[in-house]
Amino acid sequence: MDSSLFQLLDYGVYGTAILVMLIGLYGALVKKSLLKVVIGLSVMESGLNLLIVALGYLKGGTAPIFSDGFLNGTNKVMVDPVPQALVLTAIVIGFGVTAVALSLVIRLYRHHGTLNIDEIKNLKW
Amino acid sequence: MKKVIVFLLLATLGVYLAITFFNIGFGDPHFVNGVKDFYLKETVENLHVSNTVTSIVVNFRGFDTLGEVTVLFLAVTALGSILYKKRHEVGARSVLFSSSSVVTAGSKLLFPAVILLGVYVFIHGHLSPGGGFQGGVIIATGFLLMLLAYENYSVSHTWLSIVESLAGITFAGVGLLGFMNGGTFLQNFLPTGVLNNLFSGGVIPIIYIAVGFKVAAELTGVIYTVLHEKGVK
Repeated sequence: MDSSLFQLLDYGVYGTAILVMLIGLYGALVKKSLLKVVIGLSVMESGLNLLIVALGYLKGGTAPIFSDGFLNGTNKVMVDPVPQALVLTAIVIGFGVTAVALSLVIRLYRHHGTLNIDEIKNLKW
Repeated sequence: MKKVIVFLLLATLGVYLAITFFNIGFGDPHFVNGVKDFYLKETVENLHVSNTVTSIVVNFRGFDTLGEVTVLFLAVTALGSILYKKRHEVGARSVLFSSSSVVTAGSKLLFPAVILLGVYVFIHGHLSPGGGFQGGVIIATGFLLMLLAYENYSVSHTWLSIVESLAGITFAGVGLLGFMNGGTFLQNFLPTGVLNNLFSGGVIPIIYIAVGFKVAAELTGVIYTVLHEKGVK
């Protein structure tokens, strides 16, 4: 196959991650429903995690696990484990952020009876 | 008008990010002597842990993970206090539907298998992909299955907090033992064993099992709290 096509496919990983991030940011900025804003935030976080993991990839690298198959095999290239460890942390923190945001949404719904931010007058500025 | 501004903002951000990352290049070695080489070498030679991500999360950046677990604990506490209710107001579930007998029987059948998979994932955290956080999430999904299938299935909050506290104390206690034996917090003080054995890696499996119990208890608590939230009608 053509090498430039391969290059395009490679950069497609970055492109996808950035696209997912932008879709999430669009949802968080434009949508009226608070639930959709929270969903947008977590979609954005997924895109960011994908971007960080893609940054640590090395061509031909395997997962950074010293299994018997790796130790006896011929392939000695491993991808960068540091971004993966960082993303593991980021996912957990993202869970905490989403949980607290959703609990605030539930509280607002209990108080105002609606999720539309246009109708919750106290949030206007 | 607002959408135009948002589209302009997104386009600017997208073009900027795309140019930055396309210049970095995909799959190329970014550093000649990165910190990754040190981690990969130390993991297999001194710690005898197969999964490098685990050794980074629990050993090299163990203090960071302790902080991460604390953040998770704080998030769960904040969720509980924001959704605080007096005891007599806790009652009916917000998600109310009766499930068929196929669903309830199937859930009962699947529940032990899901728990077993979670335990397997966090016990083998130093050997295979996975670990405490992932295993804990799997166990919490098992409880979610039971809570969705049975209308009156309840989890004891007392037991959840006991498990959570004990797991947290284990993590901090292992760290302090390292402080007493080796010199630094969370330092390995147990024999590291043979690479790719179940009993290898010193304190890393112990810490990851504690993390697994802690995450499972916290996530089950979150699911239970949110599921028993009554809407205003």
